[in-house]
Amino acid sequence: MTVRPPDPLLSDHRRALAKLDRRMLLRRGLSLGALTMLTGCNLQDGDTVDRVLWTMSRWNDKVQAALFGGQRLAPTYDITQVTNPFPFNAFYPEDDAPEVDPASYALEVSGLVQDRTPWSLARLRTLPQESQITRHICIEGWSAIGQWSGVPFREFLARIGADTRARYVGFRCADRYTSSIDMATALHPQTILALDFAGGPLPVKYGYPLKLRVPTKLGFKNPKHIAALFVTNDNPGGYWEDQGYNWFSGL
Amino acid sequence: MSGAAKRIHPLPVRLMHWVNAFAMVCMIMSGWQIYNASPLFGFAFPNWATLGGWLGGAIAWHLAAMWLLVANGVLYFAYGVLSGHFRRRFLPLGPGAVWRDFRAALTFRLLHTSREYNAVQRAMYLGVLLLGVLVVASGLALWKPVQLAWLANLMGGYEWARRVHFFCMAGIAAFIVVHLALVLLYPRTLPAMITGGPRLPAEPEPRA
Repeated sequence: MTVRPPDPLLSDHRRALAKLDRRMLLRRGLSLGALTMLTGCNLQDGDTVDRVLWTMSRWNDKVQAALFGGQRLAPTYDITQVTNPFPFNAFYPEDDAPEVDPASYALEVSGLVQDRTPWSLARLRTLPQESQITRHICIEGWSAIGQWSGVPFREFLARIGADTRARYVGFRCADRYTSSIDMATALHPQTILALDFAGGPLPVKYGYPLKLRVPTKLGFKNPKHIAALFVTNDNPGGYWEDQGYNWFSGL
Repeated sequence: MSGAAKRIHPLPVRLMHWVNAFAMVCMIMSGWQIYNASPLFGFAFPNWATLGGWLGGAIAWHLAAMWLLVANGVLYFAYGVLSGHFRRRFLPLGPGAVWRDFRAALTFRLLHTSREYNAVQRAMYLGVLLLGVLVVASGLALWKPVQLAWLANLMGGYEWARRVHFFCMAGIAAFIVVHLALVLLYPRTLPAMITGGPRLPAEPEPRA
């Protein structure tokens, strides 16, 4: 594996740092426009605005979880509608996408599961595979249609004996990206552990060797280069989620 | 009706007007920041006119203020229909009257009062209300293109919903420009939206 375990000293303070980070980023939200509008309020009181926005975002998580139909399918498209070239997007430039060695790769599995045996790529390919052509919608607004195939995630969760009454599944990636999804979405029939893109193995820029494809969530909830996943009852947050993107971000 | 106590703008209308103004400005400015993350057309909005500071902040504002906008809007529509406010203030309205008053407005011969709206005002207010409904519908289609796939399909799919949402915003922004320009031209209309304006003498209901 090319993944380096996180610096233990830093990881001790990860949550606090994330919280600080989020506060600073949301406070930057007090642009000139916001200041103009809040005339009359205490302008030093950015924390109150942060707290209101954060509370509303948690409320939006609840509303979206209630709206989510566990069997309601995302629209699917014809092969002729696939976007070509499919856009690259990450929190780093394309050249910095991690190179993962397929020979030594093993997907780590932990948390509320019965079988923690890591999964090689060859073993993942022995599981049933499903294909989909769906629309990837980015939080930035753009969208693109792509074709992914891989292991239905609920099938994988069954194989590892995951406690599907748990609330969350978290992901850690080879590019140090993290994200997490709710269990209802994890069990959705179109949520797949994608190994292939457009009929061949995932190219590096689209998340080789393993990407979670979730057509019922915004793009940033579709982690690439997955190195480890875990089942938990504590919301694991994520790279963007901790900075202020809405956690549920369902479509 | 107790006509003696009536003012040009009843208290509920004034309250909802200012809540809407706050929510709408939040929505438009944060929406411009979101637009800038991936501009649909060949331009971006200037930073000073945006709200949120970055995409995550803007979306947090947009998805928080939407509740205020929609809750206030639902109350306003319920009030407008049930109290007869819409019927009294915006109707009747025909294309002939709009054309007549529009020509009069262009030659500065049109009376502009808060007491009784001319046909152009009626058309503008009804038009912006329609845009308000459409901007919320297209916004819901963008927020929930899977759960509300029928709504997204009604808009012509996700990518068309983005355009519908944008042009509704543009229409509302244009309305605000005209609205504010007219307030500058007729400054007495501003205090009327705050205090309610002078008490109206008792008058018979114009139409049954």
